[in-house]
This record gives sequence, structure tokens and C-alpha cells, in this order.
Amino acid sequence: MSGNTVKVDITVNGEQTSADVEPRLLLAHYLRENVGLKATNIGCDTTSCGACTVLVDGESVKSCTVLAVQTDQRSVTTLEGLSPEGGELHPMAKAFREEHGLQCGFCTPGMVMAAVSLIEENPNPTERDVREGLEGNLCRCTGYHNIVRAVLAAAGQDPDAEQKREAESDASRTAPGFSTGGAGA
Amino acid sequence: MSIMGTRVVRVEDPVFLTRGATYTDDLTDERLTGALHLTLVRSPLAHARITAIDVEGAREAPGVVAVITGADLDLPPALLFPAANKAMVRPWLATDVVRFVGEPVAAVLTEERYQGPDAADLVAVDYDPLPAVIDLKAAASDEVLLFPEAGTNTALGFGVEDAFDETLFDGCDVVVTREIVNQRLAAAPLETRAAAAVWGDDGRVTIFCSSQNAHIARDEIAGWLGVEKDTVHVILPDVGGGFGAKIGADPEFALVAALAKRAGRPVRWSESRSENMTGMGQGRAQLQTVTIGGSRDGKVQAYRIDVLADAGAYPRLGTYLPAFTRMMAPGTYDIPKVESRARVLVTTTTSTVAYRGAGRPEATAAIERAMDLFAAEIGMDPAEVRKLNVIAPEKFPFVTQGGVEYDSGEYAKAIERAQEAAGYAELRAEQAARRERGDARQLGIGVSSYVEITGGGAFAEDAAVEVHPDGTVTVLTGTSPHGQGHATAWAMLASDHLGIPIEKITVKHGDTDLIPRGSGTMGSRSLQTGGVAVYQAAGELVELAKQRAADLLEANVDDLEVDKSNASIVVKGAPGSKSVTFAQLAEQEKLAVSTTFDSKKPTFPFGAHVAVVEVDVESGKVTVERIVTVDDAGPVVNPLLAEGQRHGGIAQGISQALLEEVVYDEDGNPLTATFADYGFPSAAELPSFELVDQATPTPINPLGAKGIGEAGTIGATPAVQSAVVDALSHLGVRHIDMPTTPLRVWEAIQAASKGAK
Repeated sequence: MSGNTVKVDITVNGEQTSADVEPRLLLAHYLRENVGLKATNIGCDTTSCGACTVLVDGESVKSCTVLAVQTDQRSVTTLEGLSPEGGELHPMAKAFREEHGLQCGFCTPGMVMAAVSLIEENPNPTERDVREGLEGNLCRCTGYHNIVRAVLAAAGQDPDAEQKREAESDASRTAPGFSTGGAGA
Repeated sequence: MSIMGTRVVRVEDPVFLTRGATYTDDLTDERLTGALHLTLVRSPLAHARITAIDVEGAREAPGVVAVITGADLDLPPALLFPAANKAMVRPWLATDVVRFVGEPVAAVLTEERYQGPDAADLVAVDYDPLPAVIDLKAAASDEVLLFPEAGTNTALGFGVEDAFDETLFDGCDVVVTREIVNQRLAAAPLETRAAAAVWGDDGRVTIFCSSQNAHIARDEIAGWLGVEKDTVHVILPDVGGGFGAKIGADPEFALVAALAKRAGRPVRWSESRSENMTGMGQGRAQLQTVTIGGSRDGKVQAYRIDVLADAGAYPRLGTYLPAFTRMMAPGTYDIPKVESRARVLVTTTTSTVAYRGAGRPEATAAIERAMDLFAAEIGMDPAEVRKLNVIAPEKFPFVTQGGVEYDSGEYAKAIERAQEAAGYAELRAEQAARRERGDARQLGIGVSSYVEITGGGAFAEDAAVEVHPDGTVTVLTGTSPHGQGHATAWAMLASDHLGIPIEKITVKHGDTDLIPRGSGTMGSRSLQTGGVAVYQAAGELVELAKQRAADLLEANVDDLEVDKSNASIVVKGAPGSKSVTFAQLAEQEKLAVSTTFDSKKPTFPFGAHVAVVEVDVESGKVTVERIVTVDDAGPVVNPLLAEGQRHGGIAQGISQALLEEVVYDEDGNPLTATFADYGFPSAAELPSFELVDQATPTPINPLGAKGIGEAGTIGATPAVQSAVVDALSHLGVRHIDMPTTPLRVWEAIQAASKGAK
């Protein structure tokens, strides 16, 4: 350990954790290396991909962009905290399985946590709500089709009916190109 | 009822959804206790001579165990792709010259993760800049050479010895030619590259790494280190996506192993995304000149494709892929005369490797754009032109002008069914109405017809199936999933023969000590090679069990069958009589079978996609409204998994058409080296996908199965690109290079309004 350290007390998945950490330590690394919970993945270094999404006091945050010291005295929930060991899968996790909303699994912990937060905020989302609500979480495997279905199913919606409704709607959609229009030219 | 063809949810998911998968950087394997962290100092310049490297400051930094430069390593530079120009070798750490931004120059080993970047910042490297070579035509001119000793920038040529046939287009009413860019892409799996290595007292090295192919990785690393294959033990933990860019080993993996030996301690390495976006091999990167000729009534008579392909700085697998582009050049069409050639060039950029489709999307994009250009020139509907020219179903097996034998196909039927599902006539009517009204949001309809080659290159695969006395089953496979769901699908294939539920079947892969041979997962090969091998092994195990059961049941082998309801061998037509379960047989004697399946040939999956886009003619903004796909890869083992493969590929295809591009400035600086700069779509930019099923079996394997993994990037990409152009065709626009960003679309509209096409 180099430089000064700061003591943090962070509740992780209901359990007290404590460590002397460098002030610059990212929450994602605290969870992975100090606490030993490896579900939370780091997929980028620009807060773009959301693989590291966890809940801090119930709200989804990207743990690669939060310092461990910022969550001192707060409560963090990771994927490991959703489903009790040996028990039933959390309804969101169950829906991801049933709808095949995961392939390589790397984005999955963050995606599930973001989805849990999304339906907490909006219990009856439309397909468009889900797509826009998960905009901060990238997946390279699924094309999102089944992730969207999983979130709709977990919210108690009929994914088939919702997808049909969205397909027939004339609402304007976010267009690709917003992030690389300049570079692509 | 057979489990085959049913929507079985994945057995791997409960762990993935509770404690997460275990990727290389997650490993807590005790062999890696006390591992040092590797941080690489990478070149900030595209092409430069190294004049000095000062590591003294870094050596003094906290936690630093060693700082190593190329001069300290006794590993000779390696030719990463053996068929390339022999002078184009890559050093493990650059000593004299750097040839791309991101090339490793020095290695820092630290006790803790965060100490690495701190120390790496203190390594001072002096560079004397050399001119960058980014443009492929500039590379072909050989004015600036990356490897002066090679005397050329050409890494490899395909068909470049012979001049083109000057009479190829003689007799054509119409000939259209066009230069087309198939832009460079980053595979961008969510898990970046990672490796860990530890040497044992026995002189062997165990390497954990993120790869699609344990055995290929083993062989490459052994070759690079100059040791016997048996010295290297590769173990693949869970792999967070690959898309071709994780085929085999990366040079950094061998470096990790070499440094672990030197340090006498385990070493682990996990790169950042910014490192990944310059260090991991990239895909596509072709400049194509296509020429198509035919009659005014719509028959294509000749086609030519001339390719300049970008190998990047050090030739790797990407150097070979234009061979696939040539092989698949005529696509689904029965074209009397086809010519192709490709020249692969080194440039001062990241090396190219495979990316989902790997040479075939490039072929399809070219012929599909050519068909549209031809259709526009003769004023025929693009779908009609395609149906007029596709290979008729009765002509299979069909030897193409690309020099390969297509196994089976129903190409016109696929186009028809895609049109029908999309409501093609209604869409054209809607398009006409919008044009008539002069709407700002114009409708574009794109059609693609595609065929690809899957399972090419490595046709054989081993499988072993063993039933244990407790009734559980172990399956060993040489294929290597990284999201495809083999643990589920391979268990289904074994279960179909044995009647043992998939929950009791464990599929093991990705360990070169446990599984002697294998070619891993790439090129959509797994089901048609490894899956068929598992199916065959389970079938052979049933035969073995019947022979053992014959004495016990006092019956002839021919009179025995499997009762799948309780995983046992019973006498046919004698319900209630004596039976013996596989588990009971295993109790008496080890019940195991190893087998090899060799298809000897590749398969040719095909399909048709219809894309519907809206283009705002005032802003150039494109929105994908619908994508309807018919993807025919023969009979499907698990529709849930096959659809997942289609979805992912479609998204990547849409993304190449609209959004993605690795961009370098003229000095070779990457402008898209983070996820903030390199855009691939989130859920918000995509619609749900409309899939239409079709299953034409291949005769070359007992499942009739072809590969499905790359259908989306091959079929969807040209459909979407064509749809964008189609939306603007009434304005005179004939082509827009990918990615069709708002700026490019807007510029194309402006150019067309001024009379240029």
C-alpha cells in the first residue's frame, strides 16, 4: 500500500466491511479485491459500459467512477447480494435466465443491477422505457433483444405484447450516431 | 419427446446470475498466490525510432519488482502469421522501432495493481518520429516502408500474380464499378484481454488466459517461447466474449509467461479498455473496388472484386481473411464469370485479426452493394434482381466461381420469406407515398441475400462422454464457449441419446491437459464439429452399453434399446422386463467413449435480411425501424441459443452499417481508443428483431447443422447499409460508405442535389 490511507466502513450486501484504503481506490476494486466479490466487472475506463453497476443505498451507480471513500458509511448491493445462496433466484435474475438475456455474462451483473434499479423507479415500463433506461449499460453479445424481454418479464409485462406495441408505435426513437458522428466522418 | 429443438434455458446461468462467472482477472487460484501485476508501457507514436529508454526512475517507484525492456529479453521477434512476408516480425517489447500506437515498449512488474501505472508513467522513452502509413493506397505505393528489410509493405497477396481478364465484361449491356470501404472495427468484447502465468517445479508453465481456443493458444505460446508444446498448459476460465479477436493467443500472453519465468513468481495481466482499443487485434479494414456487369433484363454476367486489405503493423490472422472474401465473392449468385484478387498491406496501425464473420461479411457487403448498384442502373427492384440471379435449389451441390462447393441452399425462398414477413409491397407503397409527399423522414428498404462458409479450416473435433456410477455424466470437448452456451447444448446432445437429464451432465472444455486435442470455437464451427462429435460419442456410448447389457439382460444386442425415461437399457417390446441403467453398468466397469468426428468439409449457411430505416433528409439521421431476418443454418438444437446468436450478430451488423469505425488521424493517432469515442449501440439505438425460421439440412453431418454465429454480421450489415442508400435513391444517391453517420448521409444528399452521384 503506497501513500496515505483512509479507513472506510461500507455495508456490502448487508454485511459490515472495513478497510484502510488509498483515497483513490475505486469502489469497483474495493468490492473485487478488498471484499473479494468478483461478480462486479470492469469493462471500460470511461464510465461508458456499466458492467460495474451496483446499488449504493438502493440507487444504481457505476462503481468504477465512485471512490470507495465516497461510500463510507453507506450501503452497497452487488449481484451477489440479490439472490440468497442456495435459494431461489432473484426475480430479475430468473427473468434473465428464462429469456436468455445473457451470453458471455460479463455485462450481466451490471445489467441486472441497472435493471433492478430501473423497475424500482418505473414498475410498469414500456419497451422504450426499458431501452432508454438501460442506455448506460453496454452488451456486445445479445443485441439487447432478450435483455429487454427479461426486464419486461420481470416487471410483470408480456414481452411479446410489449414488443409488438413498440414496433407499431410511431414514437421517435433515439438515433444511432450521437456519440461518434464526428470521428466516423 | 426428444429434447432436441426445444427451448432449454441455460445450465450455466444460475452461477452467472448469482456470484458471476469467473473470468481470468477474477481467478483466486492458489497457484497465483503472490502474483505480480504486469503493466505495459506502450508507444504513444504510430511510427518512430526509439533512441533511448530510461527506466531508472520507474525502478525506484513503490512496489516495483522489475522494469524490463526488449534489450533484457532473450526472446527473438516472431512472425505472428507464418505465411506473411518473413521480415515482418514482431518484437515482444520494441527495441529499435515502434510501428503502431499501443505497441509495448517496456514491462513493469509490481506487487500491487495500482502501483503499475504509477511506475509505468516514470519510464522515459525518447522517440524520433518516422512517417505514419495509414492509407492503404499509400501503403501499396511502398514509399514509406514499415520493414525496410522486406522491401515492400505487401504482407501477402492472393491472385495478384495474374493480370485481370480484360474481356471479363465483354457482352454486358451495363457495367458499374465502385470503390467501397469496409471499415476497420474493434471487436470490443466486454472482457478485455487478460492472462496469468505460473511456472511449476516440473519446468512447465500454466497459463490462464482469455481465449477462444485453448489448444491453438498453447501451440502459439509454445512456439513463441521456443519450448515444446507439452511444456505449456493452457487453462481457459470463463471468457467474456471474443467475436474472433480472442482466437488463439495474443503476444502479451507469451510475454506474461516469459516474465513469470524471469521473476520466479506468478505474473498476472489484465488490460484497461484504452489499452484494449489499440492492443487487441481489430477486424475488417478492406478497400474494395467492385465491378459488376450484366444485361438490361437483369442477368448478372460478370463480377470482379479487387481488394486492398489492412494487416496493421504486424501481420496476424487478418492477413489470411481476404482468402475468405475471395472464396465467397459471388455470394448466393450464379454468375458465369468472377474474378478476384487481394493484396494485404502493413500499415502503422493495430494488427488485424478475425472479427465476427472474418472475411465473409466483407465479401457479402461487396456483392450486395454491387447488386444494388446494378439494380439501380437497370431500374429493377433490388429484391427482384437478386431472385433472378441466385443459384437454383436443384443445382446443389454447386461449385462456385469462388472455387468452393456449396452444400445446400434455398436462396430465393429465403428472400421471398423475408419479403413476405416484412410486408415488402406495403413498405414500397409507404416509401412511394412519403416520396410523393416530400416527407422529411424518408423510408429506406434494404434487402440482402447471403451465404457464408462455416466450420472452414478445422473440420475434425474430438469428444469424450463418460457415465459415472452416480448417474452423472462428464462430457469433454475441444470446442470452447465464450457465451454460446455449449454447457447446455452439448448436454442436450448427450442427453438425447442417454435420457440422462442435462442437470446431471457436466461439459468440460478449455484445459489442454484434460483434453488432448481441440480447435476451439471460431468461424461458427462448434456445433457442426464439436457438437456432432459429442452426439456421436453419446451414440457410441449407447452401443457400448448395449453390448455390456446383453449378457445381463440375456438378450441379443440388436434387441436392446434405450429407455430414455430412466436412462436404462431395456429389451425392445418387453415392457416391465429386466433392465439395467447406464449408472449400474458404470458401477461394474468404467463406461466411457472417446471419438472423433471429421466433417472433411465446411458448410454454407445462408439467408436473407430485410432492413427498414427512416432517414431524416434534413439532418442525415438514420433510425432502424425494423430488421427481418431469415437465417437458415439447418436444424436447430436449441432455438433459444440460436436466436441469441442471431440477435447479437444482427446488432453488430447494424452497428457496422451505421455507427462503428476505428479511426486514425493522418499521423496514426487512434481517435477511437475508448468506449467514449468508439460507439457501439446501447439498447436505446436498436429495435427488437423479427426472426423468421428456415432449416435446410446439410448432408455433411448427422445433425444436418450448419453454423449460426455469424449470420447477423454477414446478412444485416449490407441490408441496413442498402436501406440507408435506398431511402435516398430518389434523390440520386447510389452509395454511402459505412458507417453511414448523419454527417456522411447529409453530405451524400448535398452531393446528389448538386448532380454528383
